[in-house]
Amino acid sequence: MVSNEKSVGSRLWIFAVWATTIFFIINLFGIIAAVVTSSFATRWLRAWFPDGFTTKWYFSAWAEFQLGDLLIVTFQIVFAVVFLSGLIGVPAAYAMARRNFPGKQIVLLLLLLPLLVPPVTFGIPLATVLYKSGLGGTMFGVILANLVPTVPFVILVMIPFIEQIDPRVEAAARVFGAGTFRMFIHVLLPLLLPGVLASLLLVLVRTIAMFELTFLTAGPTSQTLVVALYYAVFAAGVRAVQSIDAMAVVYMVTTLIWLVIALRFVNPTQMVTRAKQQPAH
Amino acid sequence: MSSVDYHSNPGLKARLAARGLDSVTLLVLPAIALLVGLFVYPFLYGLWLSFNPKDGSLLGNYFKFFSDPFLYDTIGTTLKLAVPVTILNLVFAVPVAFRVRLMKNQRLLTTILVLPITLGTVLVAEGMLNYLGPQGWANRIMMLFGIISSPVKLTNNYWGVMLSLVITGFPFTFLLTLSYISGIDPALEQAAATLGAKASARFRHIFLPLLIPGLAITFCLSFVQAYSVFPSAVLLGAPAGPTRVISIAAYQAAFEEYDYSMASAIAMIMGAVQLVVVAFVLQIRNLFYRGPAGGAKG
Repeated sequence: MVSNEKSVGSRLWIFAVWATTIFFIINLFGIIAAVVTSSFATRWLRAWFPDGFTTKWYFSAWAEFQLGDLLIVTFQIVFAVVFLSGLIGVPAAYAMARRNFPGKQIVLLLLLLPLLVPPVTFGIPLATVLYKSGLGGTMFGVILANLVPTVPFVILVMIPFIEQIDPRVEAAARVFGAGTFRMFIHVLLPLLLPGVLASLLLVLVRTIAMFELTFLTAGPTSQTLVVALYYAVFAAGVRAVQSIDAMAVVYMVTTLIWLVIALRFVNPTQMVTRAKQQPAH
Repeated sequence: MSSVDYHSNPGLKARLAARGLDSVTLLVLPAIALLVGLFVYPFLYGLWLSFNPKDGSLLGNYFKFFSDPFLYDTIGTTLKLAVPVTILNLVFAVPVAFRVRLMKNQRLLTTILVLPITLGTVLVAEGMLNYLGPQGWANRIMMLFGIISSPVKLTNNYWGVMLSLVITGFPFTFLLTLSYISGIDPALEQAAATLGAKASARFRHIFLPLLIPGLAITFCLSFVQAYSVFPSAVLLGAPAGPTRVISIAAYQAAFEEYDYSMASAIAMIMGAVQLVVVAFVLQIRNLFYRGPAGGAKG
């Protein structure tokens, strides 16, 4: 703490800052609570709260939107994206962290661009190419499209993580006669595991919520939960509001379970900042 | 091979290794191949496609875009949403981040704020339709406190989209700003305080110059997010009129008119406008101090 004496002005200022923050959080919880309350409501018109509560909307939403199939498709896509971005991203991050090669700056730019250009901008040309090659609307096409931002993300999160591992540890393993494969399994993998886990959990949470790319490339059989939710809200009026809200709650729970798991391993600020290096002190 | 041989005539492999190219470097190739195939190639293909419109002329799509108000107005509509929202988010994020920086237990707050980012724009839009609707809690509470006498229309117009961009954009801007502020060495502030600088002076002379580069990046990233708004502009806005943003125009060209050439042209224009804004902001940043924010060693 820098100074303890506080003038009236600074007290007022501190109060205003906290009031704004609390106002924001109240509204945020209001939005989430409105969805949850509505999904359990029997009839909710022109009143503060619904007339009664029921769970029947979950059963009707489950049947109407084929939520079982949607969840299976969502997790097939998400786990494929997580597995492939780890498989491609981690070795690439290792090469980027350990070697200085000509053109490294260009590769770094190539990695940054998909994270800086918004998904809609590159998603439309990408969807065009995928549809022309017959991959548009397939699950494989959706997986490929989702890899574009996730592979650079994994690489950029892993580079500082790998850089902090002392290369002499690897050299020591080599001296004692470990081959590349054994060194990888017994030395590198255990050291890298926390970083890999953190980056892949972030990829998982991001891919479940990735709307634009999936929306642009998915067909009827390759929709994820968030895209199906968009179509349901878009066509609101066809189905009961509560049914759509029940689906939204299912989506919310699916995302939040993974968020809670992810937050055990990562700092919330890592959800938005990429590849932030720990300060030295 | 003896060491003398090695030095006098290194093999190709050794020469490449000396420049940093060996089997480890090759591990980066799958990632490069993926990005060239799925990012660079589609982008170049889209650029080429945009110059090959249905009518056969070179610039047909671009002429069509800039002569049809229904199309070129989307740029203004998008900027009218994205620029105020980005500035608003940044203006709120900086003071809050400065307070939170002093908190011992930031984790609860940052966890709450990461929620809307994780849940995504579609869910926030769905929730806001309930919450901000004419019978929603927001209007009811404002009427209860006598702020308004009849429900205000907050959905299916400009304000609905604007508020949804604040709900998802503010936490993003805040967390980014917080990570930049935490990167500034606290010793610098303590030194200024020891020399008698008041809080406002410390902010103006110590933090602000060090923060400008980070704030410029934060502005760019937040702007890019708001600029490419799509689901909430459709669900919470009036997609035929006041919130017909440029991504809606691109989507409609591609998936409703099946004119991929026009859609690519709109995507390219979208990218170009965004690039102009980002370049402009980064240019302003260059007018300010650039250097280490770490202090101490040097």
